Amino acid sequence: MPAIDPSLIRFRETVPPGANWSHVLKRGTTLRLTDPEGGANVAALLYNFELLAERLNLPDTLKCQHTARLAKGHCLYTDMGRILVSIPEDTCGWHDPLAGWSTARIVKEKYGAKTYQSARNEWHRNAHDNFVTELGKYGMDERDLTMNVNFFSKVTVDDAGRLSFHPGNSRPGAFVDLRAEMNALVILNTCIHPLDPSPTYAPKPVELTIYTSPPPGPDDFCRNFRMENQRGFTITERYFL
Amino acid sequence: MSSLTESSLDPAQAICDFTILAGDPWIHVLKRGQTVRIEDLEGNQAADTLFFNAADPVDRYSAQDTIREQGAIYLTTGTKLISTRGHVLLTITADTCGRHDTLGGACACESNMVRYAIEKRSMHACRDSFLLGARQMGLGKRDLAHNINFFMNVPVTPEGGLTFADGVSAPGRYVEMRAEMDVIALISNCPQLNNPCNGYNPTPVRVLIWA
Repeated sequence: MPAIDPSLIRFRETVPPGANWSHVLKRGTTLRLTDPEGGANVAALLYNFELLAERLNLPDTLKCQHTARLAKGHCLYTDMGRILVSIPEDTCGWHDPLAGWSTARIVKEKYGAKTYQSARNEWHRNAHDNFVTELGKYGMDERDLTMNVNFFSKVTVDDAGRLSFHPGNSRPGAFVDLRAEMNALVILNTCIHPLDPSPTYAPKPVELTIYTSPPPGPDDFCRNFRMENQRGFTITERYFL
Repeated sequence: MSSLTESSLDPAQAICDFTILAGDPWIHVLKRGQTVRIEDLEGNQAADTLFFNAADPVDRYSAQDTIREQGAIYLTTGTKLISTRGHVLLTITADTCGRHDTLGGACACESNMVRYAIEKRSMHACRDSFLLGARQMGLGKRDLAHNINFFMNVPVTPEGGLTFADGVSAPGRYVEMRAEMDVIALISNCPQLNNPCNGYNPTPVRVLIWA
């Protein structure tokens, strides 16, 4: 579904490069992330908004779907066996769950420090500090950090286990849909991927569209993507009974 | 990344010698400079392990930071185990297994329901053991991040597939680490009965500590 029926759109926002954003994505809505320029990175963490100690668990997510990348059909699971969001549409094809986030040290070593005082909105920001800041607004802190997804970024692993970052994975206009299967607190930022070899500090913006989406029926693609996901949807639906 | 490195340390000189039965948690403070060995006594067992900076447990083992800093997903001799604040908690100094996993996480009642069958909810799992063990040092669920699976083999393919392969471990294989600061070690000796990676037969591990 590349085009969204305009009558279903609730709101749109643009997150500028290197910035924070958060929202409680309600069950029955979908968040579309669009990379307008190509080469974006969206570092994201997700929590069950009703029970913030229940959080995205990428090891559980990856092993139950036998994958080390995220794409169309996959679901993002909590530590309680429930689905936070599923990915019913994706034109990018590979989102990185392995390499983690940028830190102040990484950004300073690669690009030098650039303070807010000297650069205003062009200051150098990092995903670690951004996550801690945004979590703080919900009364959460470093204890709530967990493995994150880097949407639009591709990192492969060779036979020896070594990581490779693939520039250009996301083309201009690429998008990925995150359909809320529960009320999910989405914490994200547009900081650079920590393995991005770009010699210049050049994070990219991302466009957000929140729209109304129907509940996943028996024929839903994500539900039937794997047997494990059928059980995951059942467990998630029981949570609301 | 696979290298076999034997240790010259003598078990007779160890200051502690613990056996952790399958299904049990174990928690212990390692002092800076101490070396800890985890031995797979009977082979293909998984020792699910978390580490915390003992002075500030919010600063804890981070799988993603460890992977990114060494540029590779498997842990072996030379791997520095990195915390969420970028500190080196421990360094792997010897390894006769060759490869350890940090992507597969710990088994849980709830993830067993997804992976195997909803009826598996009541079976014992590592995250239950973690909760019990963590309590002994005042830690709880929010402190439990993603762990290391010593002796477990979880290969990732270049196409992005993830599989649970037969273990590369065998009876008597071990991994040794030097504590680079005072750290809390929390181990769940995995009770999993649904996964062929341990031959459906969870077995004890041994922990030795040298001053």
